[in-house]
Parts: sequence; structure tokens; C-alpha cells
Amino acid sequence: MEDNHTPHSPNESDNQKGSSRRDFLKNIGLAGVGVATGAAALYSGHIFEAKKEVSGDQKVLLTQDGKLVRVDSLEIKALDKDDEEIRETMCRGGLPGRRWVMVTDLSKCRNARKCINACQGAHQLRPEQYHMNTLQMQDTPGTAPYNMPKNCQHCDNPPCVAVCPVDATYKRPDGIVLIENDRCIGCRFCMAACPYSARIFNWIEPKDAALHQDQEYNAELNVPQKLGTVSKCLFSADRLREGKLPYCVEACPNGVYYFGDENEDAVTNGTTKETVRLSKLLRDNGGYQLMPELGTKPRVYYLPPKNRLFPFEEATDATPEKV
Amino acid sequence: MTMDDNKLTFDKITSDLTHHIRINKGFLIWMGFLTLSLLICLYAYSIQLKTGLGVAGIRDYITWGMYLANFVFFVAASLIGMLISAVLGLIGMKWLTPITRIAETIAVAFAAVAGLVIVSDMGRPERLAYVFIYGRPQSPILWDVTVITTYFVLSLLLLFLPMIADMAIIHRKVETLPSWLRPVYKVLSLNFTDQPAQNKIISRAIRILLILLIPAALSIHTVTSWLFAVTSRAGWDSTVFGPYFVSGAFVAGSAAVIIAMFFFRKNYKLQDYLTDMHFDKMGKVLATVSLVYLYFNINEFLVPGYKLKRADAIHLQELFAGKDALLFWAVQVGGLILPILFMLFRRFRKPLPILIISIAVLIAAWFKRYLIVIPTQEHPFLPIQHVPGNFIHYSPTLIETLISVAPFILVLIIITLISKFFPVIPLHETAQEKGIGHIKFD
Repeated sequence: MEDNHTPHSPNESDNQKGSSRRDFLKNIGLAGVGVATGAAALYSGHIFEAKKEVSGDQKVLLTQDGKLVRVDSLEIKALDKDDEEIRETMCRGGLPGRRWVMVTDLSKCRNARKCINACQGAHQLRPEQYHMNTLQMQDTPGTAPYNMPKNCQHCDNPPCVAVCPVDATYKRPDGIVLIENDRCIGCRFCMAACPYSARIFNWIEPKDAALHQDQEYNAELNVPQKLGTVSKCLFSADRLREGKLPYCVEACPNGVYYFGDENEDAVTNGTTKETVRLSKLLRDNGGYQLMPELGTKPRVYYLPPKNRLFPFEEATDATPEKV
Repeated sequence: MTMDDNKLTFDKITSDLTHHIRINKGFLIWMGFLTLSLLICLYAYSIQLKTGLGVAGIRDYITWGMYLANFVFFVAASLIGMLISAVLGLIGMKWLTPITRIAETIAVAFAAVAGLVIVSDMGRPERLAYVFIYGRPQSPILWDVTVITTYFVLSLLLLFLPMIADMAIIHRKVETLPSWLRPVYKVLSLNFTDQPAQNKIISRAIRILLILLIPAALSIHTVTSWLFAVTSRAGWDSTVFGPYFVSGAFVAGSAAVIIAMFFFRKNYKLQDYLTDMHFDKMGKVLATVSLVYLYFNINEFLVPGYKLKRADAIHLQELFAGKDALLFWAVQVGGLILPILFMLFRRFRKPLPILIISIAVLIAAWFKRYLIVIPTQEHPFLPIQHVPGNFIHYSPTLIETLISVAPFILVLIIITLISKFFPVIPLHETAQEKGIGHIKFD
């Protein structure tokens, strides 16, 4: 009734009458619409209720975010796992409640390169394409050389994810950084941004491309690899979904890798299958991260190359051929 | 001034500035040559499209190569439109009038092609639209796309608006015009009849554009520098990268303008309009921006060189005395220090000497971009091991070189077309400045 407040209106009473009549009509109209909507809602609700069958058999289920809910068994529908949207949600959503973490014990690595072979096999990589590469390191001229397996550090503050222009690479809630090669435009900004040189590119037709061309794309395995897109270590997200250890961890003959869940504070050695407390392992062995000063917050920890079980040997493996 | 004198002078200016607008043999040969060269380069690109980026020398470690250096160079060269038209123009430097359109033409050509250069570096160019569909505003690439597009549109408008009056003159007064071209000029002149109201609208619009152009231009090259500076790599991890790139861009652009001035003056017989004074002044501009650039170079190399953090030390060692040293010193001395010294003397700011200096500066500017982009990637934080030799040392391939040449040809085509079909020197503005006043439209 704003009109009522208009001061010194010449035809105040007329105006007032007119406006209240208009408002009255307007209110009637609004009420009418409201009633109609409500009725429609009630009616459709009624129809829905009438149609709904109840078995009376209630199931208790655990939702993705960890809540227990009770659902009638008739309402439970199996999801089509091949549905693209579901796959996408499952993949980007990660494994609920998990915080994957890796510990690499440098005192045990003798550069057997079994991890590399297993990884390259699983991800259809060429010999010069590494998701995991063992580097011969020597920090300063006076210190001893050692072998350092290096994979994607799955940073909690990943520079690669920050710079991606199309959301092709992303950080999952379970800590894994993945790439969707259906989305990647091949700008390689992520490769420039990564301080660990963890990312590789499919410069030429991927290995056995013709063989794998009909294979359905699995973002958690990143196969088939696609020409012109970026690839990198995925912490074997496909294996984790099946409750298994990553390819490299399982393949190591020397007990270098521990893998597990930070939330459980437990990691399992891939060779001995021994499960130990993560915090204790890191505390007792002086665990550290690569270049923490860059603020990337890696999810891979290293145990220093102290009391090495093997002597350091210069790598003699043949360098892959030029491509 | 009598009416007759007035007409004569005006007719002379018109004829001087528009006599080249005709399709002659030289033009056809030149364009044919450019088109043929472009086709060869496009064939090289078709090979890359078919077989992948592997046809170039770039690999996993040196992942950004010549294409990206090229991109930075093109963005850099386009910045000159802002310096000449906006900064110097707004200050009110009258001698600029005959140079503004050349600068804007260069800006438009390089900005338009910069977008294409970056596509040549994409592993999946057919997914270009994803940048708009799935674009993440957190990524500097999105910022770059936004500001380059903005700058291109502003520059195009700034090229077009002062041309409206010229086109009105051309379609009325130039008798030698091919008949099929006349209606084009008529449409483009937007019914301009030199009314005070029309002139007011145009000059106000130009002024607004000039002001908008300054932040847009600063943004394009600052954001381009951030593609590198947002990473933590030695050689790129620098807080002065924005101004370092911007000042470097002015050097490259000024040199490009001087080169263009020289050729237009000679080919289109514009000696009366682009005088020695203009070359002298542009020489001073080039010397000034080179000094600013030198200042940022000192900052960029001296500060990390003093501290010699491990990664910086390796990077600087390679540049100063390692495998990039020859190129580095050639660029720094031959493309920056020597030109500055020469340009202090008036006799080196005469057309021919300043042309030679500008060519040296422009070539050095390209290699400077190469030195900014590539050496940094050759020594990442962790060692490069167990990969083929061509992953460790980058060397561009022939196909890559041809694909990198294509944008230059495109720029030449654009500049040739604009300068051939429009007055290189603003006709209406020059007439007004010579005190001829309003044009009489019949």
C-alpha cells in the first residue's frame, strides 16, 4: 500500500480507493494462483503415492557420503555402470572416505624397473613414456647416489590442475589427480607447471593404437591412450576401486613401495603385504616429501636412502630409441 | 587561402595518399608469392594434423618449443598499436599522425594471427571450442583468450573509425578506383559527409577506444608472461615477467613499425609524408623503449645471478656460458645494447640505418622469445633420464619451422591487403592538420 504514503496527493481519497481496489484484485489473483498450484501439487502427490508400491521390506544402505539410510527394497534400482554420466560421477567423485597415500622407501630400491614395466604394460605406454621412472639421484657432490622412483606426486595443491583451461585434469576427493583424455586439448600447460616432470604427452600415435581403438575409455586407467593428449600416473585408480594395490606397488620385488589410506593411517607394502601404521613408518624412518618448499603438498612420501640394502650401480639399461 | 588553392592541395593529398589503391602487376605477383608460400606451410600443418605434434621437435621435457616462442612474439609485436596510438597519441604528439595507421595495422595483423599461432601448438586443435564450453576461469589461458580477443576488437575498431572519413573521400574523389570497389568504400564510409556532429561522434569514440586500449594491451602481454611466471621453474619464476614482457614488446613493435614505414614510404612514394623527421623520432622511441627493456633485463638476470640458487644457477650458466651462450649474447648485444648505442647518434636514425637497426632488433626479438621459452625447460628440477636424446635437447624440425613461418606470411598478407586498399596515412586527418579544413562533399 505504498500509495498511501504519497504526501499531498490532490486526489488522495480517490487514489486510495482505486489503489486498494487494485491491490485487492491483485491479492485475489495471487491467492488464486497459490491455491491452484497447491492443489496441483497435492493432486500430483496423491497420484504418485497411489502409484507407489511398497513391499514393506526395508533395506539399510550406506550412502556415498557415509550416512546409513533405510530404503524400501522396491525402490532400489541397479545403476547402469556403462552409463556415461554415472561413470563420470563415479570417476570424478573418487572412492568415498579415502585419502590415498604412497610411501617409497629409497633404501630398498635397486632400480629393478619392474614397477616401470608393470605400469607401462597396464597403461599401454611406449618404452620412453613413463608414469613411473626410476631416477639416479645425487643431491650434492659429496653425498651418496641413490635410486629414486618418481611418479606423479598427486599433490593436494596441484599446479597442473590449477592451470588446466578445460577441467580435463582434476583432483578427486580421495586425493588422486586424474586426466580425462576425452577433454584434454593438448595445450601442455600442466606439463609446464608440474615441478616433478610427472606428465607425459602422446606426441605420436599411442602404442598399438589400432589394437585398442574399439576399447572403451576408462579414465581411471587412462586407456586407450589418445594421440595429442597428456597422460600420467593415476595411482592405479582402477585397481584401488577393486580393492587391489597399484600395478607398480604390486610388481616391486624389493619392498620399496607402501600404499594405503591416510584416513586409516595404514599402508601396505606391495612385496611383503605387511600393513604398517603410516604415521609410525614416517616418524621412525624420517619420511619426507619432494620439494615441499614449492607448496604443492605431495601425497607421496619418501624414506631416505639410509642403510641401503643394495649397492648403487650406474643404470646400464638401454635408453629407449628415438621417437 | 583561396578556395582554388584549397581544392588543389586537397586533391594533391588525396592523390598522393590513394594513388596506390589499384590492382597492379606488382601487387598480384607479391600476393601470389605469399599465397603460394602459405599453401606450402599449410601442407606442413596438414601433416601435423594427421600424425600429431610428434612431427615437431618438442617432447615431454621441452614441451613448449618454437610455436610458443612464436606466439609470445606475435602478441609482443601487436602491442605497438597501444604505445603509438594510445600512449603517445593521448599525450598529444602531433608528428604521430602519419604513423598511427601503420601501427594499428601491425597491431591488428599480429593480434589476429596470434590466436592462430597458439592453435598450431595444440595437440587436439579440433577441441578448441572446449576452451569456451568447459573454460575454467582459474586458468591463465582463459585470461589470455579473453584479453587477446578484447584487444583485437579494440584495435580493429581503432583502425576502422579514423578510416570512415577516408573512405567517404575515396569513393567520391578517386577516379582510378576499380568500379567494383567503389560500392565497398561507400558502404564502409557509413554515409559520412563530414558534418561536425559526425566528426564529434568519431573523435569521441576514438578517444574512448584509446583509453580502453591501454589496459587491454598491458593485459595481453602481462597475461602472456604469466603463462610462464605462474610456474615454479627457474627462469620463469619471476615477479618482473609482466613489465619485462611488456617493455620487450614495445621494442619489437617499434622496430616492426619502422620497417613498415620504410617500405610503405618507398613503395607508395610517401616521402613527403613519412619524412626523415618521422624516422628520427621513431628511432628515439625505439631507443627509449630499448633502454627500458635493458633495465628489466638487468633485473631479470642480475638478481637471480647474484643469489645463484641451485636451479637458477644451472639456468644462468647455460645462458651465459653454456650451450645457449652464443645465441644469448648475440641477442642481448646485437639486438639490444649495440642498437641503443647506435641510436644515440642522429645519423643512425636516418631512414636506411634505422631500418637496418630495426631489422636486427626484430630478429633478435624473436630469438629472445625462443631463449625465454626453451632453455628453462631443458633443466627441470628433477633430472631427465632414461629417455631418447631428442627428449633432452630440443631441435626444431623442418615441418615445425614451416608451420612457424605460416603466421608471418599471414601477417604480411593482412598488412599488404590493408595497406593496399586503404590509405596508409590517415587522409582526412592529414588534410585537417595541414589546415585544409572541411572537405566539400558534393
